[in-house]
Amino acid sequence: MLDTQDTYAPHAPDRVATPLPGAASSAATPSPVSRLHSAIRNPQSAIAAIRTENVSRIYKVRGEKATKGAKAQPLTALGGVTLRVEQGELFGLLGPNGAGKTTLIKILTTLLAPSGGLCYVDGLDVVKEADEVRRRINMVSGGETSGFGILTVRENLWMFSQFYGVPTKEAYARIDELLKIVELDDKANTRVSSLSTGQRQRMNFCRGFVTDPKVLFLDEPTLGLDVHAGRIVRDFTRDWMRQDPTRTVLLTTHYMAEADELCDRIAIIDHGAVLACDTPSNLKRQLQTQPVFAIRAAGVGPAQLAALGHAPGVQRVTGEPAADGAGYRLKFILDDEAAIGAVVTALTAVQGRILGLQKEEPTLEDVFLKLVGRSLTPAEGEA
Amino acid sequence: MPSAKHTGWRLFFDAARARAYPRIWGAMREPSWIFFEIFIPLINAAAFVYLYRALHAPEAYVGFVILGATMAAYWLNVLWMMASQLYWDKQSGFLELYILSPASLMAILFGMGVGGMFMTTLRAGTIAIVGTLLFGVQLDGSQWGLATLVFLVAMYALYGLGMLLSSVFLMWGREAWQVAMALTEPVFFLTGLNFPLSKLFATIPAALTLVSALVPVSFGLDALRQLLFPGQIVGVLSPGLELGLLAVMGSAFVVAAYLMLRRMEWLARVEARLSLRWQ
Repeated sequence: MLDTQDTYAPHAPDRVATPLPGAASSAATPSPVSRLHSAIRNPQSAIAAIRTENVSRIYKVRGEKATKGAKAQPLTALGGVTLRVEQGELFGLLGPNGAGKTTLIKILTTLLAPSGGLCYVDGLDVVKEADEVRRRINMVSGGETSGFGILTVRENLWMFSQFYGVPTKEAYARIDELLKIVELDDKANTRVSSLSTGQRQRMNFCRGFVTDPKVLFLDEPTLGLDVHAGRIVRDFTRDWMRQDPTRTVLLTTHYMAEADELCDRIAIIDHGAVLACDTPSNLKRQLQTQPVFAIRAAGVGPAQLAALGHAPGVQRVTGEPAADGAGYRLKFILDDEAAIGAVVTALTAVQGRILGLQKEEPTLEDVFLKLVGRSLTPAEGEA
Repeated sequence: MPSAKHTGWRLFFDAARARAYPRIWGAMREPSWIFFEIFIPLINAAAFVYLYRALHAPEAYVGFVILGATMAAYWLNVLWMMASQLYWDKQSGFLELYILSPASLMAILFGMGVGGMFMTTLRAGTIAIVGTLLFGVQLDGSQWGLATLVFLVAMYALYGLGMLLSSVFLMWGREAWQVAMALTEPVFFLTGLNFPLSKLFATIPAALTLVSALVPVSFGLDALRQLLFPGQIVGVLSPGLELGLLAVMGSAFVVAAYLMLRRMEWLARVEARLSLRWQ
């Protein structure tokens, strides 16, 4: 649930700020902040960019996925999701593989019909007004098939812009601008078949923006991009939203830092249900009473995680080999700081040797770990 | 300030033009088609030409074969580049992008059809010209106007059938490839690509003649042969009647394709056939 007392700081690093001015004090063009607060106080007062009410989706597994001879079993991908994303928000959807993120995006983008519930994009019913919804949206998926290999980058982007009725002259102007931003302008006249994976992904990214959608769905947009290209994509997304306060982005990502940096609010989803929905700072604040310790230890590995997880006062523990190869890096979320003694005892009991110990500020990854029970990017083992 | 996006028919033609673009300009960039799609069909036609000459068949049969090879290029284009295309687009993820856009699938298919027809006309035209010159085919051009009309209406019906088949193939999913393979040679036979259709109709069961008649190549080719080789062939029906039937069939195919696409899209959304590639 949203907390109306908390800070909402769109397109900026999270801040624990002073109370926000009310909508009445805003300028003629209300900011996303005031719109959000207004909507929270009166949910019917404004058209949300995205609104879902108890949306569910059940797949009937058939074909080779079902056991031969057995009756096909229903698979619940979404089990009643209720969300509201305001205009101007950059909203994150976090969840492990199979959590239902992509299913929700496909429903919102009219590619899939919900099994139950209601879904609106820009105030339009995605089932009954799919054609109108499509005029207002676009989607970029990380790792999606790139355009026709035989066409150049510029030609491919033009082709997709025409499916949205963008006038050719305007389309080319936008394409040239976008390619420059993603540093692909020198490849504008190169055939797509000659591009690297990262270059193709940057081209796909441009495809989503060239039609200037009101609501843009970015499904793992930085997948396969190097650090520099990922930075370009994030910076551009933020700038693009700043240019027009009515633009909305719904982002899914596996990169917690990316979600933390970009998103105004985040919904954590698992097994088709929303476990939490709030600003990154508020989500992290939930863990402030629960200390997080990082311990580097030798002589332990995935096999010992279960035993460590059962130590008194331990809520969650994850582990992964240390980046520099020296020892194993464990992360504990504890009930309170006093529980660290029990952790040390448990480590000794499993023949572990502590190389380093550090108390950490909670991160979004920790929040995710606490809510979902496992890491978003599972390492060798978790308990 | 961005200008307004096109809607309605303007959007339809924008989308169709854009989808035709890779078919026309993309194909131009791969000259290997000259060998595979002109030289090889000509060799196939040459086999029939030499066979007919060895059997001392009337010389008009050489013309029938060249005309058949020309029409075969269109049938293969419809079968492999139209009917199977949406299924392949689904497998590659393009179909999602088409459906996500406000352009109608009919516009996408229309673009595929126009682009395919343009490129196939280059191929088919080359086959016709080279075949005619190589084997000394004597055409009668006295009814060229009607012959052109028959050809255009046959194309309308044939590509309408392609649009219909594309949505059917999409429903059949994984079997699309096999269906296309299975349809290639039997249709060559049933449409009389290499011999007069009337000879075939005199020997096969009535049900098969109906199947044959549903492929626009049959009546299109039969009418063209009657018009370009007058007095040298007995047609199944008169060229005028065949022209009328082709026009009716074409319209029926286009309407059926539209309805099938709507139905397919709805089913795909309900049954997740767009999203799950194994479905």
